[in-house]
Amino acid sequence: MSTLILLLLTGLGLAGLYFLVSSGLSLVFGLADVLNFAHGLFLSVGAYATWWAATHLPGAGSEGPGFLLAVVVGVVAGAAVASIVELVLIRPLYRRTIQQVLVTVGLSLAGVALLQAVWGADARPFPRPAWTSRVTTIGGAAVPNSSLLLAAVAVVVLAALLAFLRFTRVGLVIRAGVEDRAMVAALGIDVRKAFTLVFAVGGAAAALAGILAGVHFTTVSPGQGTSLLIFGFIVVVIGGMGSITGTAWAAVAVGVLQQFVNYYSAGLGDICVVALLALVLLVRPQGLAGVVGGARA
Amino acid sequence: MAGVPPLLSVVDLRVRIGGSPILHGVTFDVPGTGVTVLLGRNGAGKSTTLKAVLGLTPIGSQVGGRVLFDGVPTANVATHQLVRRGLGYVPEDRGIFAGLTVAENLKLAHRVDKPDYDTAYGLFPELKQRGRQRAGTLSGGQQQMLAIARVLINPNRLLLVDEPTKGLAPRLVTEVADVVSRVAHSVPILLVEQNLGLVRRVGHDAVVLSAGTVAYSGALGPLLDDEQLTRSLLGVGQHHDAARGGLVA
Repeated sequence: MSTLILLLLTGLGLAGLYFLVSSGLSLVFGLADVLNFAHGLFLSVGAYATWWAATHLPGAGSEGPGFLLAVVVGVVAGAAVASIVELVLIRPLYRRTIQQVLVTVGLSLAGVALLQAVWGADARPFPRPAWTSRVTTIGGAAVPNSSLLLAAVAVVVLAALLAFLRFTRVGLVIRAGVEDRAMVAALGIDVRKAFTLVFAVGGAAAALAGILAGVHFTTVSPGQGTSLLIFGFIVVVIGGMGSITGTAWAAVAVGVLQQFVNYYSAGLGDICVVALLALVLLVRPQGLAGVVGGARA
Repeated sequence: MAGVPPLLSVVDLRVRIGGSPILHGVTFDVPGTGVTVLLGRNGAGKSTTLKAVLGLTPIGSQVGGRVLFDGVPTANVATHQLVRRGLGYVPEDRGIFAGLTVAENLKLAHRVDKPDYDTAYGLFPELKQRGRQRAGTLSGGQQQMLAIARVLINPNRLLLVDEPTKGLAPRLVTEVADVVSRVAHSVPILLVEQNLGLVRRVGHDAVVLSAGTVAYSGALGPLLDDEQLTRSLLGVGQHHDAARGGLVA
Protein backbone atom coordinates (compact mmCIF):
# COMPACT_ATOMS: atom_id res chain seq x y z
CA MET A 1 0.00 0.00 0.00
CA SER A 2 2.72 2.45 0.93
CA THR A 3 4.43 1.65 -2.37
CA LEU A 4 1.26 2.53 -4.26
CA ILE A 5 0.99 5.84 -2.37
CA LEU A 6 4.64 6.59 -3.03
CA LEU A 7 4.31 5.82 -6.75
CA LEU A 8 1.09 7.82 -7.03
CA LEU A 9 2.52 10.91 -5.30
CA THR A 10 5.86 10.86 -7.10
CA GLY A 11 3.92 10.26 -10.33
CA LEU A 12 1.85 13.35 -9.56
CA GLY A 13 5.09 15.25 -8.97
CA LEU A 14 6.29 14.21 -12.40
CA ALA A 15 2.87 15.17 -13.79
CA GLY A 16 3.30 18.62 -12.24
CA LEU A 17 6.61 19.02 -14.02
CA TYR A 18 5.10 17.91 -17.33
CA PHE A 19 2.17 20.26 -16.88
CA LEU A 20 4.46 23.24 -16.33
CA VAL A 21 6.44 22.33 -19.46
CA SER A 22 3.41 21.77 -21.67
CA SER A 23 0.91 24.45 -20.59
CA GLY A 24 2.74 27.17 -22.50
CA LEU A 25 3.39 24.87 -25.44
CA SER A 26 -0.31 24.05 -25.64
CA LEU A 27 -1.51 27.66 -25.48
CA VAL A 28 1.05 28.84 -28.03
CA PHE A 29 0.11 26.07 -30.44
CA GLY A 30 -3.62 26.42 -29.86
CA LEU A 31 -3.68 30.18 -30.35
CA ALA A 32 -0.90 30.93 -32.79
CA ASP A 33 -0.41 27.58 -34.59
CA VAL A 34 3.26 27.78 -33.70
CA LEU A 35 5.02 24.51 -32.96
CA ASN A 36 7.70 25.90 -30.68
CA PHE A 37 10.73 23.61 -30.50
CA ALA A 38 12.62 26.34 -28.68
CA HIS A 39 10.34 25.91 -25.68
CA GLY A 40 12.92 23.63 -24.05
CA LEU A 41 15.36 26.51 -24.19
CA PHE A 42 13.03 28.55 -21.95
CA LEU A 43 13.34 25.79 -19.33
CA SER A 44 17.11 25.90 -19.47
CA VAL A 45 17.17 29.70 -19.39
CA GLY A 46 15.02 29.66 -16.24
CA ALA A 47 17.15 27.02 -14.56
CA TYR A 48 20.48 28.65 -15.40
CA ALA A 49 19.26 32.15 -14.48
CA THR A 50 18.15 30.86 -11.07
CA TRP A 51 21.40 28.93 -10.63
CA TRP A 52 23.39 32.05 -11.56
CA ALA A 53 21.32 34.33 -9.34
CA ALA A 54 21.59 32.02 -6.30
CA THR A 55 25.38 32.09 -6.49
CA HIS A 56 26.08 35.61 -7.75
CA LEU A 57 23.19 37.95 -7.02
CA PRO A 58 23.44 39.75 -3.66
CA GLY A 59 20.53 38.79 -1.42
CA ALA A 60 19.76 35.65 -3.40
CA GLY A 61 20.76 32.19 -2.24
CA SER A 62 19.58 28.64 -1.87
CA GLU A 63 17.38 29.03 1.23
CA GLY A 64 14.16 30.87 2.12
CA PRO A 65 13.58 34.35 0.68
CA GLY A 66 16.95 34.31 -1.06
CA PHE A 67 15.91 31.22 -3.00
CA LEU A 68 12.53 32.79 -3.84
CA LEU A 69 14.38 35.81 -5.24
CA ALA A 70 16.54 33.52 -7.37
CA VAL A 71 13.39 31.76 -8.63
CA VAL A 72 11.81 35.10 -9.54
CA VAL A 73 14.93 36.02 -11.51
CA GLY A 74 14.70 32.71 -13.39
CA VAL A 75 10.99 33.09 -14.18
CA VAL A 76 11.43 36.67 -15.37
CA ALA A 77 14.36 35.59 -17.53
CA GLY A 78 12.26 32.80 -19.08
CA ALA A 79 9.35 35.15 -19.81
CA ALA A 80 11.70 37.80 -21.25
CA VAL A 81 13.52 35.38 -23.55
CA ALA A 82 10.19 33.91 -24.72
CA SER A 83 8.82 37.39 -25.53
CA ILE A 84 11.97 38.33 -27.41
CA VAL A 85 11.84 35.08 -29.39
CA GLU A 86 8.22 35.80 -30.32
CA LEU A 87 8.84 39.42 -31.32
CA VAL A 88 12.08 38.92 -33.22
CA LEU A 89 11.92 35.42 -34.70
CA ILE A 90 8.34 34.15 -34.75
CA ARG A 91 6.39 37.32 -35.60
CA PRO A 92 7.88 37.77 -39.08
CA LEU A 93 7.09 34.11 -39.82
CA TYR A 94 3.41 33.77 -38.88
CA ARG A 95 1.53 31.63 -41.42
CA ARG A 96 4.86 30.05 -42.51
CA THR A 97 4.89 26.82 -40.54
CA ILE A 98 7.98 25.19 -42.04
CA GLN A 99 10.12 28.27 -41.48
CA GLN A 100 8.87 28.47 -37.88
CA VAL A 101 9.86 24.88 -37.23
CA LEU A 102 13.29 25.49 -38.74
CA VAL A 103 13.93 28.66 -36.76
CA THR A 104 12.77 27.19 -33.44
CA VAL A 105 14.71 23.94 -33.92
CA GLY A 106 17.79 25.97 -34.83
CA LEU A 107 17.32 28.26 -31.86
CA SER A 108 16.98 25.32 -29.50
CA LEU A 109 20.22 23.73 -30.80
CA ALA A 110 22.06 27.05 -30.70
CA GLY A 111 20.76 27.83 -27.22
CA VAL A 112 21.97 24.51 -25.79
CA ALA A 113 25.35 25.00 -27.49
CA LEU A 114 25.59 28.50 -26.05
CA LEU A 115 24.87 27.28 -22.53
CA GLN A 116 27.51 24.58 -22.99
CA ALA A 117 30.03 27.10 -24.26
CA VAL A 118 29.54 29.36 -21.25
CA TRP A 119 29.00 26.92 -18.39
CA GLY A 120 30.26 23.62 -19.78
CA ALA A 121 28.44 20.43 -20.72
CA ASP A 122 28.63 18.85 -17.27
CA ALA A 123 25.70 18.83 -14.92
CA ARG A 124 26.08 21.32 -12.07
CA PRO A 125 24.63 20.99 -8.59
CA PHE A 126 21.48 23.08 -8.38
CA PRO A 127 20.91 25.42 -5.44
CA ARG A 128 17.92 24.26 -3.43
CA PRO A 129 16.51 24.66 0.06
CA ALA A 130 17.51 21.80 2.37
CA TRP A 131 13.89 20.79 3.07
CA THR A 132 13.36 19.86 -0.60
CA SER A 133 15.80 16.96 -0.25
CA ARG A 134 13.99 15.57 2.82
CA VAL A 135 10.91 13.35 2.80
CA THR A 136 7.43 13.57 4.28
CA THR A 137 5.74 10.41 5.51
CA ILE A 138 2.25 10.08 4.03
CA GLY A 139 0.26 6.90 4.64
CA GLY A 140 3.42 5.03 5.51
CA ALA A 141 5.24 6.15 2.37
CA ALA A 142 8.31 8.36 2.52
CA VAL A 143 7.52 10.86 -0.24
CA PRO A 144 10.26 13.23 -1.42
CA ASN A 145 9.34 16.83 -0.61
CA SER A 146 10.48 17.88 -4.08
CA SER A 147 7.73 15.72 -5.64
CA LEU A 148 5.13 17.35 -3.41
CA LEU A 149 6.53 20.78 -4.29
CA LEU A 150 6.24 20.04 -8.02
CA ALA A 151 2.64 18.90 -7.72
CA ALA A 152 1.66 21.84 -5.49
CA VAL A 153 3.24 24.47 -7.75
CA ALA A 154 1.57 22.90 -10.79
CA VAL A 155 -1.84 23.08 -9.09
CA VAL A 156 -1.29 26.77 -8.24
CA VAL A 157 -0.17 27.55 -11.80
CA LEU A 158 -3.14 25.64 -13.21
CA ALA A 159 -5.58 27.61 -11.05
CA ALA A 160 -3.89 30.90 -11.96
CA LEU A 161 -3.97 30.11 -15.69
CA LEU A 162 -7.63 29.11 -15.57
CA ALA A 163 -8.53 32.29 -13.70
CA PHE A 164 -6.53 34.36 -16.18
CA LEU A 165 -8.28 32.73 -19.16
CA ARG A 166 -11.70 33.01 -17.58
CA PHE A 167 -11.78 36.42 -15.99
CA THR A 168 -9.60 38.72 -18.10
CA ARG A 169 -10.24 40.36 -21.46
CA VAL A 170 -6.99 38.92 -22.87
CA GLY A 171 -8.03 35.51 -21.58
CA LEU A 172 -11.31 35.85 -23.46
CA VAL A 173 -9.44 36.80 -26.64
CA ILE A 174 -7.13 33.78 -26.19
CA ARG A 175 -10.00 31.34 -25.67
CA ALA A 176 -11.80 32.70 -28.74
CA GLY A 177 -8.57 32.78 -30.76
CA VAL A 178 -7.90 29.13 -30.04
CA GLU A 179 -11.31 28.37 -31.60
CA ASP A 180 -11.15 30.65 -34.63
CA ARG A 181 -8.39 33.22 -34.95
CA ALA A 182 -9.64 34.78 -38.18
CA MET A 183 -13.04 35.48 -36.65
CA VAL A 184 -11.42 37.24 -33.69
CA ALA A 185 -9.73 39.60 -36.16
CA ALA A 186 -13.08 40.01 -37.94
CA LEU A 187 -14.50 41.36 -34.67
CA GLY A 188 -11.91 44.14 -34.72
CA ILE A 189 -9.38 42.63 -32.31
CA ASP A 190 -5.62 42.61 -32.89
CA VAL A 191 -5.12 38.97 -32.00
CA ARG A 192 -1.35 39.16 -32.48
CA LYS A 193 -0.99 41.25 -29.36
CA ALA A 194 -2.23 38.23 -27.44
CA PHE A 195 0.44 36.06 -29.07
CA THR A 196 3.33 37.86 -27.35
CA LEU A 197 1.58 37.61 -24.00
CA VAL A 198 0.92 33.90 -24.45
CA PHE A 199 4.59 33.38 -25.28
CA ALA A 200 5.61 35.28 -22.16
CA VAL A 201 3.22 33.32 -19.93
CA GLY A 202 4.34 30.04 -21.49
CA GLY A 203 7.98 31.03 -21.10
CA ALA A 204 7.43 31.85 -17.42
CA ALA A 205 5.76 28.48 -16.77
CA ALA A 206 8.55 26.70 -18.66
CA ALA A 207 11.21 28.54 -16.66
CA LEU A 208 9.45 27.47 -13.46
CA ALA A 209 9.51 23.91 -14.77
CA GLY A 210 13.23 24.18 -15.46
CA ILE A 211 13.91 25.53 -11.97
CA LEU A 212 11.82 22.86 -10.24
CA ALA A 213 13.42 20.17 -12.42
CA GLY A 214 16.76 21.42 -11.12
CA VAL A 215 15.48 21.17 -7.55
CA HIS A 216 13.97 17.73 -8.13
CA PHE A 217 16.86 16.16 -10.05
CA THR A 218 19.39 18.15 -7.91
CA THR A 219 21.43 19.23 -10.94
CA VAL A 220 21.13 21.43 -14.00
CA SER A 221 22.65 20.68 -17.41
CA PRO A 222 22.31 22.38 -20.82
CA GLY A 223 20.28 19.61 -22.45
CA GLN A 224 17.80 19.12 -19.60
CA GLY A 225 15.12 21.36 -21.10
CA THR A 226 15.21 19.71 -24.49
CA SER A 227 14.81 16.20 -23.09
CA LEU A 228 11.85 17.27 -20.94
CA LEU A 229 10.33 18.96 -23.99
CA ILE A 230 9.72 15.59 -25.66
CA PHE A 231 7.33 14.63 -22.86
CA GLY A 232 5.89 18.13 -23.03
CA PHE A 233 4.91 17.59 -26.66
CA ILE A 234 3.43 14.17 -25.88
CA VAL A 235 1.31 15.67 -23.11
CA VAL A 236 0.12 18.48 -25.40
CA VAL A 237 -0.94 16.05 -28.12
CA ILE A 238 -2.71 13.73 -25.68
CA GLY A 239 -4.45 16.61 -23.94
CA GLY A 240 -5.65 18.39 -27.06
CA MET A 241 -3.99 21.53 -28.39
CA GLY A 242 -4.98 24.75 -26.71
CA SER A 243 -6.84 23.28 -23.73
CA ILE A 244 -5.30 23.92 -20.32
CA THR A 245 -7.53 21.45 -18.47
CA GLY A 246 -6.90 18.83 -21.17
CA THR A 247 -3.17 19.40 -20.73
CA ALA A 248 -3.47 18.97 -16.96
CA TRP A 249 -5.32 15.65 -17.26
CA ALA A 250 -2.87 14.40 -19.87
CA ALA A 251 0.07 15.37 -17.65
CA VAL A 252 -1.43 13.37 -14.77
CA ALA A 253 -2.00 10.37 -17.04
CA VAL A 254 1.53 10.45 -18.46
CA GLY A 255 3.33 11.15 -15.16
CA VAL A 256 1.52 8.53 -13.10
CA LEU A 257 1.65 5.89 -15.84
CA GLN A 258 5.35 6.45 -16.37
CA GLN A 259 6.12 6.20 -12.66
CA PHE A 260 4.13 3.01 -12.12
CA VAL A 261 5.42 1.22 -15.22
CA ASN A 262 9.01 2.23 -14.50
CA TYR A 263 8.74 0.77 -11.00
CA TYR A 264 7.25 -2.55 -12.01
CA SER A 265 9.03 -3.08 -15.32
CA ALA A 266 12.51 -1.63 -14.97
CA GLY A 267 12.49 1.17 -17.50
CA LEU A 268 9.57 0.49 -19.82
CA GLY A 269 7.82 3.68 -18.64
CA ASP A 270 8.95 5.84 -21.54
CA ILE A 271 7.85 3.27 -24.11
CA CYS A 272 4.51 2.99 -22.33
CA VAL A 273 4.00 6.75 -22.65
CA VAL A 274 4.64 6.60 -26.39
CA ALA A 275 2.18 3.69 -26.60
CA LEU A 276 -0.41 5.83 -24.78
CA LEU A 277 0.24 8.60 -27.31
CA ALA A 278 -0.31 6.18 -30.19
CA LEU A 279 -3.51 4.89 -28.59
CA VAL A 280 -4.91 8.39 -28.11
CA LEU A 281 -4.02 9.32 -31.68
CA LEU A 282 -5.84 6.22 -32.94
CA VAL A 283 -8.95 6.52 -30.83
CA ARG A 284 -9.25 10.26 -30.29
CA PRO A 285 -6.89 12.14 -32.61
CA GLN A 286 -8.10 15.54 -31.43
CA GLY A 287 -6.82 14.78 -27.91
CA LEU A 288 -8.70 14.39 -24.63
CA ALA A 289 -10.18 17.89 -24.61
CA GLY A 290 -9.97 18.69 -28.31
CA VAL A 291 -12.96 19.49 -30.48
CA VAL A 292 -13.47 17.70 -33.79
CA GLY A 293 -12.61 20.10 -36.59
CA GLY A 294 -11.31 22.57 -34.05
CA ALA A 295 -8.14 23.20 -36.00
CA ARG A 296 -9.55 25.88 -38.19
CA ALA A 297 -7.37 28.52 -39.85
CA MET B 1 -26.64 58.48 -57.21
CA ALA B 2 -24.46 60.54 -59.52
CA GLY B 3 -22.16 62.83 -57.60
CA VAL B 4 -22.38 60.92 -54.33
CA PRO B 5 -19.21 58.87 -53.91
CA PRO B 6 -19.83 55.21 -53.08
CA LEU B 7 -19.10 53.97 -49.56
CA LEU B 8 -17.35 50.87 -50.84
CA SER B 9 -15.73 50.49 -54.23
CA VAL B 10 -14.50 47.16 -55.50
CA VAL B 11 -12.31 47.62 -58.56
CA ASP B 12 -11.07 44.73 -60.72
CA LEU B 13 -10.87 42.40 -57.71
CA ARG B 14 -9.06 39.17 -58.56
CA VAL B 15 -8.61 36.27 -56.14
CA ARG B 16 -6.83 32.97 -56.61
CA ILE B 17 -7.12 30.37 -53.86
CA GLY B 18 -4.76 27.42 -53.95
CA GLY B 19 -3.82 28.25 -57.52
CA SER B 20 -7.37 28.23 -58.90
CA PRO B 21 -8.93 31.55 -59.89
CA ILE B 22 -12.13 32.36 -58.00
CA LEU B 23 -12.68 36.02 -58.94
CA HIS B 24 -11.63 37.32 -62.38
CA GLY B 25 -11.84 41.07 -61.99
CA VAL B 26 -14.96 42.00 -60.05
CA THR B 27 -15.98 45.66 -60.10
CA PHE B 28 -18.96 47.22 -58.32
CA ASP B 29 -19.90 50.02 -55.93
CA VAL B 30 -21.91 49.95 -52.74
CA PRO B 31 -23.81 53.18 -52.00
CA GLY B 32 -23.96 54.63 -48.50
CA THR B 33 -27.65 53.89 -48.03
CA GLY B 34 -29.95 50.90 -48.20
CA VAL B 35 -29.31 47.25 -48.91
CA THR B 36 -27.17 46.16 -51.84
CA VAL B 37 -27.66 42.48 -52.54
CA LEU B 38 -24.86 40.34 -53.90
CA LEU B 39 -26.43 37.49 -55.87
CA GLY B 40 -25.22 34.54 -57.86
CA ARG B 41 -25.27 30.77 -58.00
CA ASN B 42 -23.35 28.62 -55.57
CA GLY B 43 -19.63 28.98 -56.20
CA ALA B 44 -19.97 32.26 -58.10
CA GLY B 45 -17.62 33.96 -55.66
CA LYS B 46 -20.01 35.89 -53.39
CA SER B 47 -18.48 34.85 -50.06
CA THR B 48 -14.96 35.14 -51.47
CA THR B 49 -15.77 38.73 -52.47
CA LEU B 50 -16.78 39.63 -48.91
CA LYS B 51 -13.73 37.88 -47.46
CA ALA B 52 -11.40 39.61 -49.91
CA VAL B 53 -12.86 43.01 -48.94
CA LEU B 54 -11.98 42.23 -45.30
CA GLY B 55 -8.62 40.60 -46.00
CA LEU B 56 -9.86 37.24 -44.76
CA THR B 57 -9.06 35.07 -47.77
CA PRO B 58 -7.27 31.84 -46.77
CA ILE B 59 -3.54 31.48 -46.28
CA GLY B 60 -1.66 31.37 -49.57
CA SER B 61 -4.35 33.00 -51.69
CA GLN B 62 -3.42 35.80 -54.08
CA VAL B 63 -5.53 38.94 -54.14
CA GLY B 64 -5.29 41.58 -56.87
CA GLY B 65 -7.24 44.68 -57.76
CA ARG B 66 -8.37 47.41 -55.40
CA VAL B 67 -10.93 47.90 -52.68
CA LEU B 68 -11.73 51.42 -51.43
CA PHE B 69 -13.65 51.88 -48.21
CA ASP B 70 -14.88 55.47 -48.00
CA GLY B 71 -12.30 56.37 -50.64
CA VAL B 72 -9.36 54.85 -48.75
CA PRO B 73 -7.54 51.80 -50.23
CA THR B 74 -7.76 48.80 -47.91
CA ALA B 75 -4.91 46.76 -49.36
CA ASN B 76 -2.44 47.35 -46.54
CA VAL B 77 -4.94 47.68 -43.72
CA ALA B 78 -5.19 44.76 -41.30
CA THR B 79 -8.58 43.08 -40.94
CA HIS B 80 -9.07 44.21 -37.34
CA GLN B 81 -8.36 47.82 -38.31
CA LEU B 82 -10.88 47.72 -41.17
CA VAL B 83 -13.48 46.39 -38.77
CA ARG B 84 -12.62 49.15 -36.29
CA ARG B 85 -13.26 51.68 -39.06
CA GLY B 86 -16.83 50.47 -39.14
CA LEU B 87 -16.99 47.42 -41.40
CA GLY B 88 -19.16 44.93 -39.52
CA TYR B 89 -19.02 41.33 -40.74
CA VAL B 90 -21.49 38.49 -40.24
CA PRO B 91 -19.91 35.45 -41.92
CA GLU B 92 -21.67 32.64 -43.72
CA ASP B 93 -20.91 30.05 -41.03
CA ARG B 94 -21.88 32.67 -38.40
CA GLY B 95 -18.45 32.60 -36.75
CA ILE B 96 -19.83 31.94 -33.28
CA PHE B 97 -17.35 30.84 -30.60
CA ALA B 98 -18.97 27.60 -29.49
CA GLY B 99 -16.98 27.22 -26.27
CA LEU B 100 -17.80 30.73 -25.06
CA THR B 101 -21.08 31.77 -23.49
CA VAL B 102 -23.53 34.03 -25.30
CA ALA B 103 -22.54 36.94 -23.05
CA GLU B 104 -18.85 36.27 -23.67
CA ASN B 105 -19.40 36.21 -27.44
CA LEU B 106 -20.97 39.66 -27.16
CA LYS B 107 -18.34 40.95 -24.75
CA LEU B 108 -15.55 39.85 -27.07
CA ALA B 109 -17.08 41.95 -29.85
CA HIS B 110 -16.94 45.25 -27.86
CA ARG B 111 -15.14 47.82 -29.99
CA VAL B 112 -16.24 50.92 -28.10
CA ASP B 113 -16.46 51.92 -24.44
CA LYS B 114 -20.24 51.97 -24.38
CA PRO B 115 -21.55 49.16 -26.58
CA ASP B 116 -25.19 49.50 -27.58
CA TYR B 117 -26.87 46.47 -26.02
CA ASP B 118 -30.33 48.09 -26.21
CA THR B 119 -30.63 47.70 -29.96
CA ALA B 120 -29.29 44.13 -29.94
CA TYR B 121 -31.44 42.97 -27.02
CA GLY B 122 -34.40 44.89 -28.45
CA LEU B 123 -34.17 42.83 -31.62
CA PHE B 124 -33.26 39.56 -29.89
CA PRO B 125 -34.55 39.53 -26.28
CA GLU B 126 -33.76 35.82 -26.16
CA LEU B 127 -30.04 36.51 -26.11
CA LYS B 128 -30.34 38.38 -22.83
CA GLN B 129 -32.04 35.43 -21.14
CA ARG B 130 -29.51 32.98 -22.54
CA GLY B 131 -26.44 35.02 -21.58
CA ARG B 132 -24.80 32.24 -19.59
CA GLN B 133 -25.51 29.47 -22.07
CA ARG B 134 -22.67 28.11 -24.19
CA ALA B 135 -23.06 29.48 -27.72
CA GLY B 136 -22.34 26.02 -29.17
CA THR B 137 -25.57 24.71 -27.66
CA LEU B 138 -27.76 27.36 -29.33
CA SER B 139 -29.98 26.44 -32.28
CA GLY B 140 -28.97 27.60 -35.75
CA GLY B 141 -31.43 30.48 -35.63
CA GLN B 142 -30.22 31.62 -32.22
CA GLN B 143 -26.60 31.46 -33.40
CA GLN B 144 -27.52 33.64 -36.36
CA MET B 145 -29.14 36.15 -34.01
CA LEU B 146 -26.01 36.15 -31.87
CA ALA B 147 -23.81 36.71 -34.92
CA ILE B 148 -25.92 39.70 -35.97
CA ALA B 149 -26.22 41.07 -32.42
CA ARG B 150 -22.45 40.86 -32.00
CA VAL B 151 -22.05 43.29 -34.87
CA LEU B 152 -24.93 45.57 -33.90
CA ILE B 153 -23.60 46.43 -30.42
CA ASN B 154 -20.95 48.55 -32.18
CA PRO B 155 -21.38 51.58 -34.42
CA ASN B 156 -20.99 50.49 -38.04
CA ARG B 157 -20.65 52.36 -41.30
CA LEU B 158 -21.32 49.31 -43.48
CA LEU B 159 -22.38 45.74 -42.71
CA LEU B 160 -21.21 42.77 -44.76
CA VAL B 161 -23.75 40.01 -44.14
CA ASP B 162 -23.26 36.59 -45.73
CA GLU B 163 -26.36 34.40 -46.22
CA PRO B 164 -28.06 35.02 -42.88
CA THR B 165 -30.96 32.70 -43.74
CA LYS B 166 -28.84 29.69 -44.71
CA GLY B 167 -30.21 26.53 -43.14
CA LEU B 168 -32.97 28.32 -41.23
CA ALA B 169 -36.62 27.27 -40.98
CA PRO B 170 -39.12 29.46 -42.92
CA ARG B 171 -40.43 31.14 -39.76
CA LEU B 172 -36.88 32.18 -38.83
CA VAL B 173 -36.25 33.41 -42.37
CA THR B 174 -39.11 35.85 -41.88
CA GLU B 175 -37.62 36.94 -38.58
CA VAL B 176 -34.19 37.52 -40.11
CA ALA B 177 -35.81 39.48 -42.95
CA ASP B 178 -37.51 41.71 -40.35
CA VAL B 179 -34.19 42.31 -38.64
CA VAL B 180 -32.35 43.07 -41.86
CA SER B 181 -34.93 45.57 -43.00
CA ARG B 182 -35.01 47.28 -39.59
CA VAL B 183 -31.22 47.48 -39.39
CA ALA B 184 -31.06 48.81 -42.95
CA HIS B 185 -32.82 51.98 -41.79
CA SER B 186 -29.75 53.02 -39.84
CA VAL B 187 -26.78 51.40 -41.62
CA PRO B 188 -26.12 50.35 -45.23
CA ILE B 189 -25.72 46.63 -45.86
CA LEU B 190 -23.99 44.54 -48.49
CA LEU B 191 -26.03 41.36 -48.29
CA VAL B 192 -25.24 37.98 -49.81
CA GLU B 193 -28.50 36.07 -50.00
CA GLN B 194 -30.03 33.23 -52.03
CA ASN B 195 -33.58 33.70 -50.80
CA LEU B 196 -35.18 35.84 -53.49
CA GLY B 197 -38.23 36.55 -51.34
CA LEU B 198 -36.04 38.19 -48.73
CA VAL B 199 -33.98 39.90 -51.42
CA ARG B 200 -37.09 41.39 -53.01
CA ARG B 201 -38.29 42.65 -49.65
CA VAL B 202 -35.13 44.37 -48.42
CA GLY B 203 -32.92 45.05 -51.44
CA HIS B 204 -32.43 48.29 -53.36
CA ASP B 205 -29.47 47.63 -55.61
CA ALA B 206 -28.15 44.34 -56.93
CA VAL B 207 -24.84 42.94 -58.07
CA VAL B 208 -24.96 39.51 -59.69
CA LEU B 209 -21.81 37.42 -59.88
CA SER B 210 -21.42 34.61 -62.35
CA ALA B 211 -18.32 32.44 -62.38
CA GLY B 212 -16.19 35.10 -60.77
CA THR B 213 -17.30 38.10 -62.87
CA VAL B 214 -20.07 40.67 -62.57
CA ALA B 215 -23.02 39.68 -64.75
CA TYR B 216 -25.42 42.41 -63.64
CA SER B 217 -25.06 45.57 -61.66
CA GLY B 218 -27.82 48.06 -61.06
CA ALA B 219 -31.25 48.48 -59.54
CA LEU B 220 -32.80 45.33 -58.09
CA GLY B 221 -36.36 45.89 -59.30
CA PRO B 222 -35.76 45.53 -63.06
CA LEU B 223 -33.70 42.40 -62.45
CA LEU B 224 -36.37 40.62 -60.44
CA ASP B 225 -39.15 41.79 -62.79
CA ASP B 226 -37.40 40.18 -65.73
CA GLU B 227 -38.08 36.55 -65.03
CA GLN B 228 -35.96 35.33 -67.89
CA LEU B 229 -32.97 37.39 -66.80
CA THR B 230 -33.33 36.18 -63.23
CA ARG B 231 -33.49 32.61 -64.37
CA SER B 232 -30.47 32.89 -66.64
CA LEU B 233 -28.35 34.67 -64.02
CA LEU B 234 -29.38 32.85 -60.89
CA GLY B 235 -30.51 29.52 -62.20
CA VAL B 236 -33.79 29.64 -60.28
CA GLY B 237 -37.26 30.78 -61.10
CA GLN B 238 -38.89 32.87 -58.42
CA HIS B 239 -41.85 30.56 -58.19
CA HIS B 240 -39.57 27.64 -57.71
CA ASP B 241 -37.96 29.52 -54.88
CA ALA B 242 -41.34 30.21 -53.33
CA ALA B 243 -42.17 26.53 -53.49
CA ARG B 244 -39.13 25.82 -51.34
CA GLY B 245 -40.89 27.73 -48.62
CA GLY B 246 -38.44 30.59 -48.67
CA LEU B 247 -40.68 33.38 -49.91
CA VAL B 248 -41.29 36.20 -47.51
CA ALA B 249 -44.50 38.11 -47.97
